[in-house]
Amino acid sequence: MSGDMPSKGNTVPSTRSRGRAGWQVVASKEFADHLLSARFTALIAILGLAAAGAVFAASGAIRSVAPVATGISALFLKLYTVAEDPIPFALLTFIGFLGPLLGIMFGFDAVNGERSQGTLPRLLAQPIHRDEVINGKFVGGLSVISIMLFALTVLVAGIGMFRLGLVPQPTEIARLLVWVVVSIVYVGFWLALATLISVIVRRAATSAIVTVAIWLGLALFGSFVFRAIASFISGTPNTGAEELAAAKLELFLTQLSPITLYEQASTALLDPEVRSVGVLTFEQIDRAIVSNLTLSQSMLIVWPHVVALVAFTVICFAAAYISFMRQEVRA
Amino acid sequence: MPEPTIRTTGLTKTYFDRTVVNNLNLEVQAGEVFGLLGPNGAGKTTTILMLLGLTEPSAGRVEVLGMDPARHPLQVKARVGYLPDAVGFYEGLSGRQNLRYTARLNRIESDETEARIESVLADVGLVEVADRLAGVYSRGMRQRLGIADALLKKPGILILDEPTASIDPEGVAEILTLIRRLADDQGVTILLSSHLLHQVQAICDRVAIFVAGNVVAQGRTHELAAAGKGPEHLEVGVDADATSVRRVLGEVGSVVSVNPSRSQPRVWSVAVERGRTSEVVAKLVTAGLPVWMVKRTSDELDEVYRQYFHETEAKVS
Repeated sequence: MSGDMPSKGNTVPSTRSRGRAGWQVVASKEFADHLLSARFTALIAILGLAAAGAVFAASGAIRSVAPVATGISALFLKLYTVAEDPIPFALLTFIGFLGPLLGIMFGFDAVNGERSQGTLPRLLAQPIHRDEVINGKFVGGLSVISIMLFALTVLVAGIGMFRLGLVPQPTEIARLLVWVVVSIVYVGFWLALATLISVIVRRAATSAIVTVAIWLGLALFGSFVFRAIASFISGTPNTGAEELAAAKLELFLTQLSPITLYEQASTALLDPEVRSVGVLTFEQIDRAIVSNLTLSQSMLIVWPHVVALVAFTVICFAAAYISFMRQEVRA
Repeated sequence: MPEPTIRTTGLTKTYFDRTVVNNLNLEVQAGEVFGLLGPNGAGKTTTILMLLGLTEPSAGRVEVLGMDPARHPLQVKARVGYLPDAVGFYEGLSGRQNLRYTARLNRIESDETEARIESVLADVGLVEVADRLAGVYSRGMRQRLGIADALLKKPGILILDEPTASIDPEGVAEILTLIRRLADDQGVTILLSSHLLHQVQAICDRVAIFVAGNVVAQGRTHELAAAGKGPEHLEVGVDADATSVRRVLGEVGSVVSVNPSRSQPRVWSVAVERGRTSEVVAKLVTAGLPVWMVKRTSDELDEVYRQYFHETEAKVS
């Protein structure tokens, strides 16, 4: 490979085989930048306060019912799923809604930020492959996100233990860990989407607005729109079979939104009593015995959701990757 | 070393139906300073990006150190330092931290990194401000940091895109001295592009004049200058009244025209046939007129440049 070129002493990098790969260097730089950035501090403050507030309210509610609730299983996980005044949402809903913000914050200026600072040509002129830039940025962003989500979960668990005097069971810990991983995939989707927009849109401010618009659009109007489409397609169902088909169509369409996917998946993961996220007929629930699912059974339910979330993430990242590779350095 | 370090053969780049670089043949020899000169939009930056393998040529071949940059991008980029047009740095990091990142991307060993950073900072004279945030650097400092950044990998070739653009005159002089010194002391082959001919021609061994994607002239600086046509323009300062100056200079056959300068009193703009400047001075001195200044206002190469530039503009319009 390098045998036929003039080797002029130190102009030939003697350290080619040593040192870290380019994407690792990019990832660790992005990671450090994110951790020291003002947006990280702001996000951790907002998320930490909101999570602490939510769990405080939830634990109060759990405490008040605890003496009479001897039969309730997985009580600890209720910390994550119970909404109680004065904070009207559970932690789970909260991550579902604000998680995208995390992904957007760490991705909206990934590529166009380099462009506007004038660092992109310089970066690409270093001996690294072009894809290592975008791969490294994604890995760096995802690492920060993982740490934040993990820390948030542990923070909530800590407050819960303190307030409830209750220690999570091993199965509950396992469920929490799986849930954190699914949450990371979910936020990773938004990171990939934000990265894609940052490749396509030239100005960081514009790409932030576009990404936030997609997020709010999906979060606020997504389910209405999908439902409207579903009812438009199904028309007015007359028979039971038609009604079932209409319900299934509606479920399918709403599941095109990653927000819905994530909320369904996390409910099933954090609540062992949830036996299905799909359409159930009366025959199916009639005389069903309320019992807890094991973690593997719960995972079986949400497996399609997880696969879909991963697929959404991969599609977005692949689109970002391809358009970045095809883009001119100077534009 | 007669073997060229950069060679392009029939290099062409077309965006949609617009030809940005047309059939470019360049040879840059090892150790020389080569100037790629031309107005903005001539295709200089596109050419440079093709040399680095950052843009693929539509046709033709590029060889950098005997390699095709499109097929061996990493080997080429490991040996070629590049200062982009309007270079930028991470504004939240100090100059030194920016260089550290480049060092890691080049896989420079960590125990060697700090010494190398120190040495390139010394080369460009930024040691004192190295720990300030790059965001507060002036344009000239950023440009010099960019050169330090390009030098960090100990390149055999340095490609500088508009190294003197939008810098104050003092900064320009500093950067040009630095570039010449790098070529002379460290034997680095340098290719630089500029639209400011008169700024950079002094330090270039050879230049190519590049207009609208075509090279219109290429060669050693003085050879190109000799190819110039038309009179030379001088500014002559004489402490004498207009009539005597006109009378004395009117006797010199090679003088084409004499006009009072618009900007300065007792200065005359004199057009004289190429290479006959000394006759003007000799005549004025023998006539007893006190000459206090003789200055060439338009350089020969400048003339060449302007000539080609106007020719092309005329063709376009």
